Amino acid sequence: METYYKPEDLLKFGEMDEGAPELWKKFSSWYSSVFKAGALTEREKSLIALAVSHAIQCPYCIDAFTQSSLEKGADLEQMTEAVHVASAIRGGASLVHGVQMKNVNSKLTM
Amino acid sequence: MQARHKSMKAFGENLALANEQLKVLNDQNGRAHFDEKYELLGEGHLKAGKIEILQINVGKMCNQVCKHCHVDAGPDRKEIMTKETMQYCLDALIQHDIPTVDLTGGAPEMNPHFKWFVTEIKKLNRHVLVRSNLTIFESNGFEDYAEFMANHNVEIISSLPYYKKSFTDKQRGDGVFDKSIAAMKKLNALGYGKEDEELKFHLVYNPVGAYLPPSQSELEQDYKRELKNNFDIDFNNLYTITNMPISRFLDYLIQSGNYDTYMQKLVDSFNPSAAANVMCKFTLSVGWDGQLYDCDFNQMLELNMDNSAPKNIKNFDASLIENRRIVTGQHCYGCTAGAGSSCGGATA
Repeated sequence: METYYKPEDLLKFGEMDEGAPELWKKFSSWYSSVFKAGALTEREKSLIALAVSHAIQCPYCIDAFTQSSLEKGADLEQMTEAVHVASAIRGGASLVHGVQMKNVNSKLTM
Repeated sequence: MQARHKSMKAFGENLALANEQLKVLNDQNGRAHFDEKYELLGEGHLKAGKIEILQINVGKMCNQVCKHCHVDAGPDRKEIMTKETMQYCLDALIQHDIPTVDLTGGAPEMNPHFKWFVTEIKKLNRHVLVRSNLTIFESNGFEDYAEFMANHNVEIISSLPYYKKSFTDKQRGDGVFDKSIAAMKKLNALGYGKEDEELKFHLVYNPVGAYLPPSQSELEQDYKRELKNNFDIDFNNLYTITNMPISRFLDYLIQSGNYDTYMQKLVDSFNPSAAANVMCKFTLSVGWDGQLYDCDFNQMLELNMDNSAPKNIKNFDASLIENRRIVTGQHCYGCTAGAGSSCGGATA
């Protein structure tokens, strides 16, 4: 069945250098620096990336950062908690907009 | 994947046969042969140097049936090294000054001559390492083995795939984590694993699936913190080891649809620094029947040493073994990926 998302396409990410090689080079260099250990460990960065992957619902990123988190020593428990953090923020972001609803409601109703 | 209770061999599975595994591995599917990658180092073909470690597999019998085991070991395996073959190993040690003897299996303790063999090796003043699965120390008939190891100053290296129960039991079987904790407490009580003490006790991590190990030094800190805080357990070092695409792990890779991506990952992660330090350069591997190999993995794939070298320990001749050409295959990428992998952990 045809689908927009194909796992093998993740391996073609590097082909994005065609058309704009300089931009790709800058992106690649910045990207690899971001994930190096600094004030945060590589594992913490992978788990953040995994949570963000779920927040933006990117299947490529979920695939890549599940593997990366495992390779940085995380386990299912830690990865699941990271996904819950993303979900809580997404859910909370919807819910906190309820305040706007209440503001409008207050303005429009007696 | 279901827990195993018997070896692949016991079920007559195709992949229990070395030549069937080699058929899978030899289909390169566009991936470069290991030799091509290794030769980029500029050292020519991979060659052995002086033998520093004699690694002896004293038998395939084991009290555990781990899902990733490259030996396909289990309680049903009957291949056990005889006392006569052990004597050939001792003769080789007398003939040549190999400083370290590394005993592996199966569960090496299940060889009926294990204690005699260790005692004889120690009489030759060689350092002895035993790759013990920990649960054996809690098994009937083996309760005094930990004390025996301590009395003979044997260094112990044991697998513990994770510092939590779930990952460990998933790979090694239900109840293994709890028994391992009890065994580690026993070892600590004997003086093993304490900083600045003589008795050394190390743990081995290997991934519970189709991915590469994390940083050895970072994971060691986690293991030390978690095992100390939760169980008051001490150990010396953590070794991270990559799962080799052979035997049961190969079967898992194929069944789970991970084989090609895992092999590609090993190839893409080829690290020249790790390749420069592969253990086959200084290790000689002896099979349960005395056959000689470049490493324990080649042993399981029945890839004997190069033709110019003797085939059996009874014909041991260091001059024909040192500087031999190492027999390689696609599985060798397992030792050169990422931070590298050896029986002593990361190599880069």
